[in-house]
Amino acid sequence: MKKNFEFIAALAFLGVVGIAAIAGLPGNILNLLIFMMIIALTAQGWNVLGGYGGLSSFGHAAFFGTGAYTTTILQTSFGINAWVGLVCGVILGAAVGAMIGFLSFRAGLKGSYFALITLAFAEVLRILANSWDFTGGAAGMMVSINNGFAYLQFSDRRWFLLILIGFVAGGLLLTRWLERSAFGAYLIALRENDQAAQALGVDIFKIKMQAITLSAAITALAGCLYVQNFLFIDANVAYGSWISIEALFAAIVGGAGTMLGPLIGSVLLLGLGEITKSFSGGIAGVDLVVFGIILILCVAFAPNGIRGFVADLWYRRKSRGKAM
Amino acid sequence: MLKAHNLTKRFSGLLAVDDATIDVAEGSITGLIGPNGAGKTTLFAMIAGFLSPNAGTVTFQNEDITGEKPHLRARRGLARTFQIVQPFAGLDVRDNIAVGAFLHTKDPAEARRLATLTAEKVGLGHELDKLASGLTIAGRKRLELARALATKPKLLLLDEVLAGLNPSEIRDVLPIIRQIREEGVTILMIEHIMQAVMNLCDTVYVLSQGKMIASGEPRLVCTDTAVIEAYLGHGAAARIKAEGAAHA
Ligand SMILES: Nc1ncnc2c1ncn2[C@@H]1O[C@H](COP(=O)(O)OP(=O)(O)O)[C@@H](O)[C@H]1O
Ligand SMILES: [Mg+2]
Repeated sequence: MKKNFEFIAALAFLGVVGIAAIAGLPGNILNLLIFMMIIALTAQGWNVLGGYGGLSSFGHAAFFGTGAYTTTILQTSFGINAWVGLVCGVILGAAVGAMIGFLSFRAGLKGSYFALITLAFAEVLRILANSWDFTGGAAGMMVSINNGFAYLQFSDRRWFLLILIGFVAGGLLLTRWLERSAFGAYLIALRENDQAAQALGVDIFKIKMQAITLSAAITALAGCLYVQNFLFIDANVAYGSWISIEALFAAIVGGAGTMLGPLIGSVLLLGLGEITKSFSGGIAGVDLVVFGIILILCVAFAPNGIRGFVADLWYRRKSRGKAM
Repeated sequence: MLKAHNLTKRFSGLLAVDDATIDVAEGSITGLIGPNGAGKTTLFAMIAGFLSPNAGTVTFQNEDITGEKPHLRARRGLARTFQIVQPFAGLDVRDNIAVGAFLHTKDPAEARRLATLTAEKVGLGHELDKLASGLTIAGRKRLELARALATKPKLLLLDEVLAGLNPSEIRDVLPIIRQIREEGVTILMIEHIMQAVMNLCDTVYVLSQGKMIASGEPRLVCTDTAVIEAYLGHGAAARIKAEGAAHA
């Protein structure tokens, strides 16, 4: 009931954004919305593993970057179609996830150990991508400009935003399925108590492997779409810790382990960041200060993120209404 | 049905379980008693696969499962509860139990329907939507029981499910346990409350300082000299006998 309402509200929000875009929005707003959707998708990926599974990664850049580089290399060096490149990027990103998962979960890593291992993997990939020739080394790589649906590039950026909205809606749908399915129940169970989960027949290794693979695939998809929008990557963008941090910030501030968390978090963080940037007259890094303040406020007052905070207020008001 | 033979578990120097053997007959309620620290929970953990024994074997339905992982034993029909309750705190009661029910169905609606039925069976029917973290101790014990039951076990290992309950709550739970056996589930239970053991069990094993010191019918075991001394100290049996004689 409540979940249905949230799901429909989120779809309605995305619908309104889409319609507004079609009706006409200033270019800078359009760019901001595009970026919000890319971060929302990245965070939706993070949320599967970090939110529902309680396995907080500090290295989702590893998947984002693998997706981005795969599709870029396939397009520029092999002349492969952008959509095929995107599918390959997702598959390779998922494979990197499975590999990191296999090594970490075999060793039983969780908590801060898991976080550090994922960070280390992302850093290794960043350094490799920065030195290898076929990733363009420190100079990075460009995707050549070819407008059209087949190239997943659009001279009219509204189309790109609509495609992104479609993917984010898909992420919502997936999360909604997750919350009801056996897989989701097992994932939450191992987050809450892995011993009890095992006692009930849950193969926790298998569930964690499935979760990291799915999580990596979604974040790799976001990486592919990032490249299709900006048409340029280098190692610090693709594998840099900035994206790992955006992913976990957005999910945690919005509400980790909730369907709406990643979307709320990315819209709020990037929106506020943009507002402060425009009011501060371009003091470098002031948006990061705002991020930090929001995170501190969340930790102090909204441990379940904005989604949890609002839900608490809502139900408290409702139950007070009933008492009267 | 279950044969745990010559199990030994050492924790760096401490011999928690020492060459203990226990046999559980199909359809029985078998009790495991013994003073605190005797090694009962450790023995359970080896049977359920959470600890690997230093020596000995565990056989379930004539198959050696000594090295098998806990989740595979659960799929064979071996379920356990935890002495220190382990609820999934962030999930409501229904979803807690559904995690167990998902062992036999992947259909979410069916799993939640089974969870509801199981909750009603253990008396949690009116708390289905409550978060597990909001339950009382008695409620959490029932939840442990319900989750294990939802996996449709053949053998149920209960680790002190009555501990921490008041007498009226105990009176409520005893018939539930009997009912579970009537439905064809074999039960092995660790229990401190002698009234419950005498009431429910067909056979009792007594563990003391890691060693199995007695087994048999509850009535006989409770008058066993070694058992009385394990609980009350050396010479206690003789004193009791002497007092009994003086009264007579
Ligand atoms: N994981 C462990 N590490 C070290 N010692 C343990 C561990 N688990 C239990 N013990 C010790 O083993 C002994 C038996 O404990 P336990 O099996 O819990 O006894 P019981 O359930 O009969 O009260 C105790 O002395 C306890 O301190
Ligand atoms: Mg114990």
